[in-house]
Amino acid sequence: MKRVVFFIAMIGVCIVAEAEVSPPNMSRVGPGPYRPLYPPTDKEKEIAVDAFFLDRRPVTNTEFLAFVRENAKWRRDKISGLFADERYLSHWTGSLDLGPGADAEQPVTFVSWFAAKAYCESRGGRLPYEAEWELAAAANESSADAKDDPVWQRRILDWYSKPAGRPLGKVGRSVPNYWGVFDLHGLIWEWVYDYNAALVGGDNREQGGTEKLRFCGTGALKASDKNKYADFMRIAFRSSLEARYTVGHLGFRCARDLEDK
Amino acid sequence: MPDTGGSAKGDFGSPRGDPIEAVLTQAPELPPPTKRDYPAKVVVHLEVKEVVLPIADGVDYTFWTFGGQVPGKFIRVRQGDTVELHLQNHPDNKMPHNIDLHAVTGPGGGATSTFTAPGHESQFTFKALNQGLFVYHCATAPVGMHIANGMYGLIFVEPPEGLPPVDHEYYVMQGDFYTVGKYRAKGLQPFDMQKAIEENATYVVFNGSEDSLVGEKALKAKVGETIRLFIGNGGPNLVSSFHVIGEIFDRVYQEGGTRYQENVQTTLVPAGGSAIVEYKIEVPGTYILVDHSIFRAFNKGALGMMKVEGEERKDIYSGKEVDSDYLADKAAPSQAVAKAAEKMKEGELTGDLQIAAGKTLFQGTCSTCHQANGEGIEGVFPPLAKSDFLMADKGRSIEIVLNGLEGSVVVNGKPYHSVMPPMSQLNDDEIANILTYVRNSWGNQGEVVSPAEVQAVREKTARPPGAAK
Repeated sequence: MKRVVFFIAMIGVCIVAEAEVSPPNMSRVGPGPYRPLYPPTDKEKEIAVDAFFLDRRPVTNTEFLAFVRENAKWRRDKISGLFADERYLSHWTGSLDLGPGADAEQPVTFVSWFAAKAYCESRGGRLPYEAEWELAAAANESSADAKDDPVWQRRILDWYSKPAGRPLGKVGRSVPNYWGVFDLHGLIWEWVYDYNAALVGGDNREQGGTEKLRFCGTGALKASDKNKYADFMRIAFRSSLEARYTVGHLGFRCARDLEDK
Repeated sequence: MPDTGGSAKGDFGSPRGDPIEAVLTQAPELPPPTKRDYPAKVVVHLEVKEVVLPIADGVDYTFWTFGGQVPGKFIRVRQGDTVELHLQNHPDNKMPHNIDLHAVTGPGGGATSTFTAPGHESQFTFKALNQGLFVYHCATAPVGMHIANGMYGLIFVEPPEGLPPVDHEYYVMQGDFYTVGKYRAKGLQPFDMQKAIEENATYVVFNGSEDSLVGEKALKAKVGETIRLFIGNGGPNLVSSFHVIGEIFDRVYQEGGTRYQENVQTTLVPAGGSAIVEYKIEVPGTYILVDHSIFRAFNKGALGMMKVEGEERKDIYSGKEVDSDYLADKAAPSQAVAKAAEKMKEGELTGDLQIAAGKTLFQGTCSTCHQANGEGIEGVFPPLAKSDFLMADKGRSIEIVLNGLEGSVVVNGKPYHSVMPPMSQLNDDEIANILTYVRNSWGNQGEVVSPAEVQAVREKTARPPGAAK
């Protein structure tokens, strides 16, 4: 009996400690190294990423609807064409009505970078940087760095290779990763603040010339690990985007700096 | 033949007349000749779709396609035409895509100009300065994977005077595929990047599926007709040794270029390259299209058919052609097999239907070793006809077909030490039909084997490493 009481007390301590560290529904991620697939310079093969807070789940239709209600200029009938293309929130029935095509707990998609950024700022946060997102997404369930886990790599690739023409799953139904974060793989693509930082050329095979960061066709020799196809695909996807674009399986989640930063 | 002058002589000035919407076709069909004598503006709308389609019977694969099928839609223009190309990336797609056409003069071949996110469209324009048959493909990172998933097709830039008329033009494009499961392992098979890097293809097929040009879908022609095949090879890795069994190519425009070689047996088609072959057909029958790097034809799917009807020409060819022997296990599913499958669904499968279906399957899969008459080859392949070993134990016979057999056995008093590979890529129905046939033929008399019995053995026993589940 004594032991049980002690155990319960410990859980209480943990919960309190956790609550003091992380804002609600966010996980503390990092610090840790991020190894860019295309290091900008030889000295930046490994970039130190400071610890930060990251939403445990992608932003849902419900959450985004609340934001749109509060901020009319982000309604689909009010938004400027500069900030979103014509598909913005097109899966909703109305400007303020999810309707049958958008489940409350599905991640919101068909959102532009501008809209995602505005949402996060309205919640006191920001979009995660690519380095932060990739650091969080490099973890599997048990380890912060899962690069040597072929099963995990396989799972990511399997999702990438499935056509998207089917209903999205709901957020938070997967197993949380090492950092306690859900759905970084296998549900949607996600916006990052610096989504076009890798400057991948539209042509995978260009190399040399003025744009040394661009891919080459001869086996992607500049890539730090040529087998990291999953990373390639994320970078290629992000590179195809413009800030006003919206895509049917592209959503986002928010990040936040640590308080003491 | 005089020099055509290449791109230097390929510009016939500004496009004339109204813009023309290009007719695009799925393989094996081709758009009609342009029959134009002036340069035009040709508008091409290509839609990229990520789709799940069968690559073999019972095996699905997620293809990335230009137009919904592999290979991509055929584009036909005339030298000097100005081509306005729209690349549409379907909103349901997950990946960004682009297109590099080898017919384009300019860096990247259009790839940088057409890099397109899902749900968006890009456009660029080029003048087709060089005549010839050109491959187009996706060049988005990772390029190898986009091509390995089927993102290629052909564009033919006709010489200004066109090509001489023929009776049939067909579009055939080879590609190699890399799946996690073995050849013919059932179900949805994901792409295997490691096998792709090692160039260890699981499938080598024409037109995106090993069934695309067999049975009902075989190419068709009549005796006395002339044929022109537009052959492409998407790769990503393998170079094709393209050959038609029983035909000699009268003319081959090697690598899709202008000059032709005559009287060719086998022509090399590079990955990312093409060839045009022409021949006249004198003798009726079934002609088999293969990659004559021959294990690909019989063990990876690189096999198609052209069925030719017409009067026999015994003066040219005496006959006794036996398709089924040559086809080995690549024969198209026969009517007997289809009928058995249908009755099975309706719950009306009979032993006779099973035997009929099993016979066809046996001739494809088993007769190579056990021989069509079940006699086997003494000392090497054990007999099945009047086989004491076979008939002694029905469960064991199911298990051997599923899991293979290694080690010494004595059959009808003679020892055998061969290895029979597991045939677990066959489904329960197929194995039941084969065994029902084998156990009721050549003097054997046994009860039928039901799919349920096979299923039970499959569940109870383990497959050897590497075999299909």
